[in-house]
Amino acid sequence: MSVLLEVDDLKISARRDDESLLPIVKGVSFNVARGEVVALCGESGSGKTTIALSALGYTKPGLEFVGGEVRLEGEDVITMAADKQRALRGQRVAYLAQSAAATFNPALTIGEQVTESCVLHGIMNQEQANKRAETLYRALELPDPDRLGKRYPHQVSGGQLQRLMAAMALCGKPDLLVLDEPTTALDVTTQIEVLKAFKSVIKQEGSAAIYVTHDLSVVAQIADHIVVLYAGETQEHGTAEQVIDQPGHDYTRRLMHAVRPPPAAGQGDETSEEHQREAPALQVQDITAGYGRKQNGAPAIIVLRDVNVSIERGHTVGVIGESGCGKSTLARVMAGLLPASQGQVLLDGDNLEPALQKRARSELQKIQFVFQMADTALNPRQRIDHILGRPLEFYLGLKGKEKRRRIMELLDMVELPQDFAGRYPEELSGGQKQRVNLARALAASPEVLLCDEVISALDSIVGANVIELLKRLRKQTGVSFVFISHDLSTVASFADEIVVLYAGRVVEQGPVDQVLSPPYHPYTRLLISSVPELRVGWLEEAMQTQEAQAGIDRVVQLTETGCPFFDRCPLAIEGTCDRETAPIRDLGDGHLIECHRSEEEFVH
Amino acid sequence: MSDTPQNNGVTSQFDELPDAPPKRKIKLSWAGKTGCVVLVIWIIIVAIGPMISPYHEADILDEELFIVPGGDEYPDTEFQPPSKIVLLGTDYIGRDLLSRVLYGARTTIGISLIATIWAYLIGVTLGIAAAVGSKFLDMALSRLNDAILSIPSLMMALVMIAALGSTIPLLIFLTGIIYAASVFRIARSLGQEVMVSDFVEAARVRGEGLWWIITREILPNIAMPLATDFGLRFVWVILFISALSFLGLGVQPPMSDWGSMVKENLPGLIYGSIAPLVPSLAIATLTISVNMIVDDISAHTGGKLAKRMIS
Repeated sequence: MSVLLEVDDLKISARRDDESLLPIVKGVSFNVARGEVVALCGESGSGKTTIALSALGYTKPGLEFVGGEVRLEGEDVITMAADKQRALRGQRVAYLAQSAAATFNPALTIGEQVTESCVLHGIMNQEQANKRAETLYRALELPDPDRLGKRYPHQVSGGQLQRLMAAMALCGKPDLLVLDEPTTALDVTTQIEVLKAFKSVIKQEGSAAIYVTHDLSVVAQIADHIVVLYAGETQEHGTAEQVIDQPGHDYTRRLMHAVRPPPAAGQGDETSEEHQREAPALQVQDITAGYGRKQNGAPAIIVLRDVNVSIERGHTVGVIGESGCGKSTLARVMAGLLPASQGQVLLDGDNLEPALQKRARSELQKIQFVFQMADTALNPRQRIDHILGRPLEFYLGLKGKEKRRRIMELLDMVELPQDFAGRYPEELSGGQKQRVNLARALAASPEVLLCDEVISALDSIVGANVIELLKRLRKQTGVSFVFISHDLSTVASFADEIVVLYAGRVVEQGPVDQVLSPPYHPYTRLLISSVPELRVGWLEEAMQTQEAQAGIDRVVQLTETGCPFFDRCPLAIEGTCDRETAPIRDLGDGHLIECHRSEEEFVH
Repeated sequence: MSDTPQNNGVTSQFDELPDAPPKRKIKLSWAGKTGCVVLVIWIIIVAIGPMISPYHEADILDEELFIVPGGDEYPDTEFQPPSKIVLLGTDYIGRDLLSRVLYGARTTIGISLIATIWAYLIGVTLGIAAAVGSKFLDMALSRLNDAILSIPSLMMALVMIAALGSTIPLLIFLTGIIYAASVFRIARSLGQEVMVSDFVEAARVRGEGLWWIITREILPNIAMPLATDFGLRFVWVILFISALSFLGLGVQPPMSDWGSMVKENLPGLIYGSIAPLVPSLAIATLTISVNMIVDDISAHTGGKLAKRMIS
C-alpha cells in the first residue's frame, strides 16, 4: 500500500499572552496508507484533534506550527500557499465534525449541502454531483435515496444526519477523510449503525481516514492502526490487534480499563442495607406527563405514560433508554420542574406537590438535581465558594466560618483542592466542573440525588473517575441515586435496580442482575447487544444478529395503543402487539417485563 | 493551568488532562486606547471645564479686546478668528467659543448621561420583567414597545416639546422614554437567553425566589453586554439631543450646548469662520471615541454582541 499522508515529528504550540510558547503537540509521527483507517486515541487535551486538523494544514486560532512536516503525497501541507491549501481542503482532504446537527444548515435541503463543496471546487457539475450523492446515500444505507436530497435536515434522524455528513465529505472523492468523534454524541443503537456505514463506505471508496476518538471500543471496530496519545505525545502506536490485544503501554491499559466492560449481571456494587427503612425514599405512581398546552387534563405531547418507579433508601436506580424515551422528563417530574398531569410523587411515603413552587423548602432539600452539562449548570459569574455556599445558606442556614468549613469539606469530598474555592467555573476542566456540580447537590444534604447523564459529556477516564467518586459518596452518605444514562455499561456497574424506558413506558424493571440476564424484554436485549465490545471484529458479528437488523435506525415513536416497540421488535405479534397494551409480567423479586410474549418465549 | 490537582484515587503519572481554556483578558488595541484617552480628556473637562475656561459662557466680549494698534476703532466682535485673546475665536454674537465648548461639555454630556441612565432604568426593568414574567406580561410589554418604536423618535419629541415647552427635565424625560424602547429589546433578549440556562434552572429547583434569580443569576450575566450597549446608546443620545438643539428645541440660550452651538454659528460658514466646526468636532471626538472603545471590547467578546446591538 502506498503512503498517502506522512506526519513527521509534528510540533504545535500555543502562544500565551506573554508571547511565550506552550507546546501542545510534542513531536508526533505516523503514516496513513491508502485505504487505511488510522485512529488517534486519547482524552480531551491530548492534542488529538489538533493533530488531525494539521492534515488540512490548519490550526485553531492561537496555535501555530513550530516544527515537523505533514506531507500529503510528498507535499508539505503546512508550508503550502494559501490558495493551494484552499483547493486541498474539502477536495483532497475532507473534515467531518463531531456534531452533524450543528453542521447542517436547517434552511437548505440536504442535497444542496451534500453537493455544495464539490460543485464549488469544480470537480463535477450539479447533475453529476447529485448522481454521486445518490450513490453515496445507497452505500451508506440511508432510506429513500432517490428523494433524500430534497428533504431538510430536521426531517431525518440524528444517526442519518451523521451519515449524511459522511456523504458530504465523500462527495468530492477525497483522498483522506478526517473524522472527529463522529459517533460520540449518539445512542448505542445509532452508533452501531453509523459505524457500520462508515466502515463499509470507506472500504468501498478506498479512501484513507484519520479517526479521532476517546473511545477504544469504537476504535477497535473501525481502525487498522491505532495511535494512542497523551499530552501531545505518542504513547503507543501499532495495528489495532496489537494495541487492543497486547497493550504495551501503561496509559493504553488505563484507557482500556476506563472502557467499561459490556453490561452483564454481577457487575454492580452491593449496596449495604443499613440505610433501609420502611417507605421508599422516593416513589412515583402512575405518572403521566408531557409538554404543550393541556386539553382535558392531558398535555398535547405525552412523554411519559403510567410510569411506576420506586427508589428504596440508599439504593441506586438506573434509568436507561435511547434519547427521546423520556428519561430526563422522568427526572424533571420527580424534581417538580415539570408537574405531572396524572399520578403522584411520594417522598418518604408522603405525597409531594407536583409543582416545585408549592413544595416546602425541606422537601426541596431532600431531592437534588445534578444537571448533565456542568459547563452550563454552573453560573459563570459566581466563584466556586459562592456556588457551593448558597445551598448551605439556603437550606441549612449556615453562615460565616461554619459555612466556610463545610465548603472545604465538600471540596475534599469530591477530591478537589481547597484553593479551588476562589476560582470561577471557566478556570476548571470539564471533569472538575462536574465535581463541583455534584458537590453543589451534596451541599444540601439530600436524600435523593437525581443524576441526569452526569458522565455522558466526559471522556472515558474522567467519567470513570467520577463514577468511582459517586460510588464512594454513596457509601459515605447513604444517599439514594436516580442515575439516568443511555450508557448501559455505566448503569450496570453502578445501579442496584434498572428501569428500562421506551417511548415513555417502563418496558422492564428490576434488580440489575435480573434485568441484565435472560429472560430479557426484546428492547433490553437490543440495548445490551448494541454496546460495542473492546475487541476487533465485534461489529461484524453484532450486525448479524436478528435484534440489530430489526432494531437499528428507527426513531423512537410514542403510540396511543399497543406496544410502542412494535415496529422494531423481532418478536412482535402482528395484530396483537400493535393493538393491545401489553400485560405486565411479574417474574419475582420485583422484576417486571411489559410484553405480550411469555417468559418462555423471551429465551431463544 | 499548571496546577492540576492530584486526585487521591489516581496517583499514576497520567492525570486528567485539563481542557479548560486559559483565562482571557481583554486587551485594548490602539484604537481602543486612543478612544480611552479622548474620553478621559472629555471627562476631565466636564469636571473642571468652567474653572479653566477664560470667560463665562454667556459673556459677550468687549470690543476693546480686539483693538489692534492702527486698526479699526470699533472692530467686529462676531466671528473673530482664533487669536491669543480668544483661542478658538468668537461666535455669532461675540462670545468666546472655547469657553462655550468647555461649559457646553457639562450640559451636553450631563443631559445625555442622565437621559441614558433613565432609559436604562426603564428599559432594563421592563425588559427583565418581560423575560422572567408570564407570557401575557411579555406580550403586553413587547407590543407597547413596538408601538413606541414605530413612532419616528424625532417627530415624537418635536410634538411633545411643542406642546409642553422646552425644559431640560422634559428633554431628559422624553429622550429616556424614546431610548428605553431599544434598551428594552436588548435586555429582554439577553434575559430570556439566561433565563433558560441550566444554572437558572438549578436555582429554580433549589427553590430560589424570583428576586434572587434576577439579581444573582441573570443580572451578573448580562451586565457586560449591557454595559457595552450603554456606551453606544449614550452616543446616540448625544446625537439625538444635539439634533434637537440644532432644531432649536433642545437646550435654550444663553446656556451653551454643542448642538445649539452648531446651529447658531452656521451663518459663520459664509465668512469662513471655524465657529460651527468647533462644536461639531467636539461632538465627533466624543462619540467616535466611545464608539472605538465599544467596538474594541465587543471584538474581544466575539461578534455576537455587536450583531445583537444593531437594532
